[in-house]
Amino acid sequence: MKDWFRRHHHPSFQSAGATSREIPEDLWEKCPKCSELLYQRELENNEWVCSRCAYHFRLRAEQRIAQLTDEGSFEEHSAYLLSTDPLNFRSATESYADKLRQSREKTGLSESMLIGTATLAGCPLVLAVTDFRFMGGSMGSVYGEKLVRAVDIALDRRLPVLTVNASGGARQQEGMFSLMQMAKTTTAFARLGRERLPHISLLTDPCTAGVTASYATSADIVIAEPGALIGFAGPRVIEQTTRQKLPPGFQTAEFCLEHGMVDMVTPRRELRPTLGNLLRIFSATGGLSVVS
Amino acid sequence: MSPKHRTAWERVQIARNPARPKTLDYVARLLQPWVELHGDRAHGDDAALVAGIGSFRGRSVVVLGHQRGGDTKENLARNFGMPRPEAYRKAGRIMEMAGKFALPLVCFIDTPGADPGIHSEERGQAFAIAANLCTLANLPVPVVATVIGEGGSGGALAIGAGDRILMLENSVYSVASPEASAAILWRDSAKAPEAAAAMKITAADLVSFGIADGVIPEPADGAHVEPAAAIDAVGERISAALDELDAQYRTPAGLYDVPRLLEARVEKYRGIGAWREEMPPVAEPVVVEASGD
Ligand SMILES: [Zn+2]
Repeated sequence: MKDWFRRHHHPSFQSAGATSREIPEDLWEKCPKCSELLYQRELENNEWVCSRCAYHFRLRAEQRIAQLTDEGSFEEHSAYLLSTDPLNFRSATESYADKLRQSREKTGLSESMLIGTATLAGCPLVLAVTDFRFMGGSMGSVYGEKLVRAVDIALDRRLPVLTVNASGGARQQEGMFSLMQMAKTTTAFARLGRERLPHISLLTDPCTAGVTASYATSADIVIAEPGALIGFAGPRVIEQTTRQKLPPGFQTAEFCLEHGMVDMVTPRRELRPTLGNLLRIFSATGGLSVVS
Repeated sequence: MSPKHRTAWERVQIARNPARPKTLDYVARLLQPWVELHGDRAHGDDAALVAGIGSFRGRSVVVLGHQRGGDTKENLARNFGMPRPEAYRKAGRIMEMAGKFALPLVCFIDTPGADPGIHSEERGQAFAIAANLCTLANLPVPVVATVIGEGGSGGALAIGAGDRILMLENSVYSVASPEASAAILWRDSAKAPEAAAAMKITAADLVSFGIADGVIPEPADGAHVEPAAAIDAVGERISAALDELDAQYRTPAGLYDVPRLLEARVEKYRGIGAWREEMPPVAEPVVVEASGD
C-alpha cells in the first residue's frame, strides 16, 4: 500500500508510516474528544474515526491518499521541490533552515504538500494533499508551486483536481513569498475553471488563514469533514482581539454549513462514494477525460 | 534619518502615520468626477473599504481602496481600515462591473488586515477574500494596485492581486503584521522591530523579490509631510502603468485582449516563489537550481 512512498521519495525523506498490518495489536490511542481508549488497529479499520464519539482524527497525507484512492493508483509528482529559504530567515530562537530540517526528519516528508495523479472509484484525477504535521501544513513557495503544477497536469490531461486541505495558512518564514502563493494558486485554479475542469476541495481539521482564504474555498465544490476547524482568523486571535468568549461550535465544519459557506459536511466513510458520484457527474459534462 | 537608510520599523511607523494620505485623499485629488458606490447588495456597507467610479486623467476607471480614519472617531466608523466580509463582497461586485464595462481597476492598499471578529467569521471572511482573489484572476480588464500605507496580509491581497503592484517608498507589505509575526515567531509582540526587519517587508525588498513592480519615491520626510506631492507622484505612476497595459492589451475596438491579459496574469504570479528541484539520486545526487524567483 505504501509502495508509492518508497518509490517516489528521496530516501532521506522516507517515512516510517505504519500500515494496518504493521500495527502491533496492543497499541492504543486516546480519543482527544471523548478520551476513550481505542486500539490503533481498530482505528485504522474505521478510517481513524472514533467508534464512540465519531471524532475524526487528523490524518497524515499518505493515510489520506490510501483512504481516498484506488489501491496502487497514486503516483506522486514533483516530489523533489525544496524551499530555498529566500529571506535567510532567523528568529530569536531558531532559523528556518533548521526548522525545515527538523520537519523533514520528524515527518519523513520533503514538504507540507504532496501532489500526484490517481484514480478514485475508477475515475482519474489529480490529487493535492496537505500534511499538517509538516510546519502546520503551512503554504510557502514549494506548496504553491506544487499546486500550480497539479493544475498543469490537470489541464494537460483534462482531469479534475481534488485538494485535501489542512493548514494554518501562509508560512511566516517565507514572508511575502508565502502571502503571494494565495494569488499564485487561485490564479492557477481560475485558469483550470476557464477550461471547464472542476476543482473539488475537502476542508479538514484544521483549515485557517491563507489557505482557507484562497484556492481552498474558491473551489467549485467545497466539502468539510465533521468537526473540522475552518476559519480565517484562528480562535485564539479572535478571543484576544475581541476579548469575547467564542460560542460553542464556533468555526466548525457544521457552523460553516449552517452559515452557508460549504456545500456539505461529509463523514469520512462517505467521502469516497460522494467524491465518486461528483466525479462521474462532472465527467458527463464532456470536458473531462474518463481514462487516465 | 535619511530616507535611504530608514529601518523597516521606521517605515512601518511612517506607513501608519495618521496624517498620511489615505484612499479618499487620492481619489479627491486624482479623480474628477468621482462617484462613490456603497454596499454589497446582500448584507451591508462597510466603510473600511471604499469603492466607486470616476475619471482619471481622461480615462474612466473603477476604484477600490481600504480606508483608515484620520482620528479615533473616524477610525471607529471605519473599523481601523479592517474590512469585514461585506466589504470584500462590495469589492467583488464592483470588480465585476469594471469587467462588464471594460474599465481598468485601480486599487489602493492600506489595511492592517481583514477584520478578525466573530461576526466576520460567521459571514465567511475567508470565503469572501478567496472569492475576490478568484474574481481578480478572471477579471477581463487591467488591474493596477498601489500599496500606499500598510499592506496587511490576505486582507490587503484581496484587492491587491493585480497586473501591476506598485509601492510607495515608505509603505510596507507583509504576510502578517510585525506585531503578529513577533508574537508567533519570537513569542513576544514587543519584538516587532526585529520581526519587521527579518520579514523583509519594505518596498525595496518586494521589488528585489520580483513581487512588487516598482517603488514610488516619497517626499524626503514622508508622504504625510507633503501629501499633494505624494499623491501626484502616485497618480503619475498609475497613469504610466495603465498606459503600458493599454498599449499591450487594448484592442482597436477599445476593449481588452482578454485571453492574453489573463495568461500574462497567470504567468506573473506563477513566477513568484523561491524553490529548487533536487532530482532523484541515481549515483550521486544531482542538484538543479530552479528558476523559482
Ligand atoms: Zn471519541
